[in-house]
Amino acid sequence: MSSLSPEDLQAVWLTLKLASVTTIILLLTATPLAWWLAHSRKWYKGLVSALVALPLVLPPTVLGFYLLLVMGPQGMVGEMTKALDLGTLPFTFAGLVIGSVLFSLPFAVQPIQNAFEAVGKRPLEVAATLRAGLWDRFVSVALPLARPGFLTAIILAFAHTVGEFGVVLMLGGNIDGETRVLSVAIYNHVEAMEYSAAHVLASGMVLFSFLVLLGLYLVGARLARVTK
Amino acid sequence: MSGIHTRFQMQLESFVLDAEFSAPATGVTALFGPSGSGKTTLLRCIAGLERAQGSLQVNGETWQDDKTFVPVHQRLLGYVFQEASLFPHLSVRANLEYGYKRIQSAERKVQMEQVVAWLGLSHLVERGDVASLSGGERQRVAIGRALLTSPRILLMDEPLSALDTNSKQEILPYLEGLHRELNIPVLYVSHALDEVARLADHLVLMEKGRVIASGSLRETLARLDLPTAHFDDAGTVIEADVAQQDEKYHLTRLDFAGGYLWVGKVDRPFGSTVRARVLARDVSIATQAPQGSSINNILNARIDEMRDDGPGKVLVRMRVGDSQSLLSRITSRSRDHLGLVEGMYVCAQVKSVALM
Repeated sequence: MSSLSPEDLQAVWLTLKLASVTTIILLLTATPLAWWLAHSRKWYKGLVSALVALPLVLPPTVLGFYLLLVMGPQGMVGEMTKALDLGTLPFTFAGLVIGSVLFSLPFAVQPIQNAFEAVGKRPLEVAATLRAGLWDRFVSVALPLARPGFLTAIILAFAHTVGEFGVVLMLGGNIDGETRVLSVAIYNHVEAMEYSAAHVLASGMVLFSFLVLLGLYLVGARLARVTK
Repeated sequence: MSGIHTRFQMQLESFVLDAEFSAPATGVTALFGPSGSGKTTLLRCIAGLERAQGSLQVNGETWQDDKTFVPVHQRLLGYVFQEASLFPHLSVRANLEYGYKRIQSAERKVQMEQVVAWLGLSHLVERGDVASLSGGERQRVAIGRALLTSPRILLMDEPLSALDTNSKQEILPYLEGLHRELNIPVLYVSHALDEVARLADHLVLMEKGRVIASGSLRETLARLDLPTAHFDDAGTVIEADVAQQDEKYHLTRLDFAGGYLWVGKVDRPFGSTVRARVLARDVSIATQAPQGSSINNILNARIDEMRDDGPGKVLVRMRVGDSQSLLSRITSRSRDHLGLVEGMYVCAQVKSVALM
């Protein structure tokens, strides 16, 4: 790892930061969304499900392209952020986070939704008859019983963000320390024929991804046994 | 206004639930009817788990009317589901304490030791994993968990139907103890007549979403105009006191208002009350006291009512003493042969008595 340049280190750090922030935001947004999808009987539930799943089938460049338009100076969101004196989001870290959250949304929502559906209504009804209010039921029954789903969501959202390329390139470009994540840095090295530098980053990413996933799966397997 | 007063209307998939009944403030009231008659839905409406049009008062408190809907967790009820539904992520003790922890300490009238002693849970409480419990044990824990919220009313939705025969036998004595141990009304949903006859004091009979009859268990089971009279195991219930033990013949005499019955030895102290069930198919009728009969129990009775019970069969309701009814299922041939008419005095021969 001696050949890791300060710029590459920067990219590693940025990637981890992006994946962590994205995962945290996803947990906070996907959980209520998954809860609603698991329990709602509204007619437009199918519509919302389809929208959430859209990033699964869209090429990342398409998603990135439209985000670029919407968040750009002439876009709806862009106009708003300008009016709020925040500038525009493309080519910033915040813009990247927004893109990653949308891109990985289905990877977080679907496992959590499945877990909530598997828990079913009965345990929540039981808790209600035992004097637990809505929030209490959610925290003391739904969350612990859906824990395997949350672990899967965390693993998938984190890993998916680490491996993201298309959205980043369309939306964030290649700004050192701001938006140049690992996948882009590797791409740069390859473009510049610096294969050994690309190797260091790429193999490091393989190893890191493998270890993270292995660790989380091991923890997950233990938790699944406990909660069964 | 004590007791439970309820009326609910709700459109269900195949019929309309339109049920109204009142239940007394003590004792076990059975909601009885065939599967799919709306009993469970009605119970869920009472718990607030289902939202229907209607009104509900429990011990003078309004839980639901046009303007009110008290959320489930604010209703002081205990609910026992068909499957024990223990929380799999909690230990047995944590399951038992789940509701207990959520009520004010001043409201905790039922204590852990009482529940453990009453439901025989002492060897289960320290069990970590609820998955290691048998079906009957789980249901006992679930009942204990509900009782530990010190409810004002206990709702039980076929708590035995998911259990095998052994587990049923294991848990029934505890349910019978409800009479003695609890001073709160119990609503008990069931489609098994023997269970109801054993446990209930009052009966609410349901059919296709409607309440077709309600009243005391003894009176309602004796009514010939209700479908229960035409069940194969139709019969009446007698509350009687242990009055004499015959050691030689291994028999016990049970006294009730209107007479006595000799039954196989009952190991219960003198004076204690037992409940016996006499099935219509186990009672035959003679116009004169039979000579040289092997039947131990022959009661003087008066025919109150007769009603056809399918081709060639007749159901006869008789009264023994002032208030005790007996049913007998005989052939219409016997009725005509013996010239049985309403108001006639006869001898009812009881071939067997099921003690409960």
